[in-house]
Amino acid sequence: MIHAIEADGLVKTYPGDVRALDGLSFAVEEGTVFGLLGPNGAGKSTAVKILTTLSRADSGRATVAGFDVVREQARVRRSIGTVQQGSTVDREATGRENLRLQGQVYGLRGRELEGRASELLERFGLADAADRIARGYSGGMERRLVVAMALIHRPSVLFLDEPTTGLDPEVRADMWTEISRLANEQGLTILLTTHYLEEADNLASQLAIVDRGHVVAEGTPEGLKADLRGDAIHVELAQSDGADVGAALDSLTGIREITVDGRSLHARADDGARAVPVVLQALEAGGVRVASVSVARPSLDDVYLRHAGRTFDKAEAEAGEVKR
Amino acid sequence: MTITLRDSWYMTVRHLRALWRQPAWIAVTLVQPIIWLLLYGALFKRVVQIPGFQSGSYIQFLVPGVIVMTAFFGAGWGGMPVIDDLNRGVIDRFLTTPVHRVALVSGRIVQGSIGVLAQSLIIVVLALITGAHFRNGVGGVAIMLFLAVLLAAATTAWSYGVALYVRKEETLIALMQFLLLPLTFLSGAFMQLSLVPGWIRHVADFNPLNWAVEGGRSAALEHTDWGFVASRTGFLLALLAVALWFAVRAFANYQRSI
Repeated sequence: MIHAIEADGLVKTYPGDVRALDGLSFAVEEGTVFGLLGPNGAGKSTAVKILTTLSRADSGRATVAGFDVVREQARVRRSIGTVQQGSTVDREATGRENLRLQGQVYGLRGRELEGRASELLERFGLADAADRIARGYSGGMERRLVVAMALIHRPSVLFLDEPTTGLDPEVRADMWTEISRLANEQGLTILLTTHYLEEADNLASQLAIVDRGHVVAEGTPEGLKADLRGDAIHVELAQSDGADVGAALDSLTGIREITVDGRSLHARADDGARAVPVVLQALEAGGVRVASVSVARPSLDDVYLRHAGRTFDKAEAEAGEVKR
Repeated sequence: MTITLRDSWYMTVRHLRALWRQPAWIAVTLVQPIIWLLLYGALFKRVVQIPGFQSGSYIQFLVPGVIVMTAFFGAGWGGMPVIDDLNRGVIDRFLTTPVHRVALVSGRIVQGSIGVLAQSLIIVVLALITGAHFRNGVGGVAIMLFLAVLLAAATTAWSYGVALYVRKEETLIALMQFLLLPLTFLSGAFMQLSLVPGWIRHVADFNPLNWAVEGGRSAALEHTDWGFVASRTGFLLALLAVALWFAVRAFANYQRSI
């Protein structure tokens, strides 16, 4: 099997002993859309920076398009297109000028360059705005322009770092359509990072869930969910009292993976609907008051909870607190 | 090498285009040195009466001073748009393309140099109108402008490197304000150095701005000493080489830290 991207034991520590990557390893098959899913601060962007030669790992090695990201930087750079977080557009230039300069640094010239620029402007719905200064573009237009720029030299590996963060819901949906279309392109490998579970679920054919700088689970979105076997039961408690709650359910058969997180109780059962009355009864008997209860098919959120030991929302909130 | 030069030019076009779209900025930039020349010329007019002052016209004496000061200030602030590019992620984007780091810096240098030349030519014309005499003709003036461009190039590279280290506009502003004016006054830009206190004269010997001022003055205006001009040119070339090395180091440091 040919791997478009291989990361092996990447470690990166920032000043102040912030360990962004802690032995991150994964491999991306050629021609697929690979999702790196994780909460903010999990190390996804750091991984992209290292793989796109922007930054360098403290240890570990990685190849992109078969080239070593440290020893063969020039070749890696020619093979990749990068959409970094945020906009990265030159706002004082027009859309076409942005594309032209991006093409020029890859050695595109003359009619070939102009043709390619026009083609991409057309394809990303920017033809009418092509000769307007990018300062006046909407967030969605800027993001589409950046993707167009990343594609100008026909890269074989495309990196999309949080491509829909900060976009309105409808613009996000448009972006998803664009990315799905790119996925069908012959031979193009896409590495997508996201902290939207839904986005990973929709777009990625393969997924690695990242937590605290390393991969905690890997597989197809369906496979990861299927591994969970059974339904997720979520109970919202009237008050938080962790020890009692755990004890109340421990003796029940068929209820697995019980985690209590503040006032949230998560558990898993083969048949959720049938387990609910049993759980409620046990909680009542244990003197725990319940505010609400719900049952759902496994989601990626559950996958994350199982492998990272905390809910995705909680991890996001924690990341927000320690954000530099 | 050719690719780096070509990339530098693409970057230069990018910067020039951005400035071209700000006519007010262009107007102020071109008028500024005229105001300096006329203002300082009027303010210190009587300086020529100091015994031992060797130039007959203060405006003429001032020409290289104002040219170099203008070049130096413009270049000193060269790091500001770099911080903007950093914040916008534009530099990160270029760093993942094949473009050479030196081309990113030299794009700013060439853009700045074109500005310096435009400003300087206005000063030269104005000086001619007010009766200045360039004794070595076009060649002498060209060398004077070349030295100003060299200083501007080195200063741009320094400012670029510092921007990559500090990454905050406030810090860069504070640093540049700390340096720009003192270096301007610790030189022969406004006053003949034989008439200033000894310590300033000694400091001026090591002041790159003074290399450009006195080298340019010697080449274009008074007491031409080609050996002196050559040595100052050499100093400035060496400074430029060190500044470029520093900027490339600053890129490496920046990339390690992100």
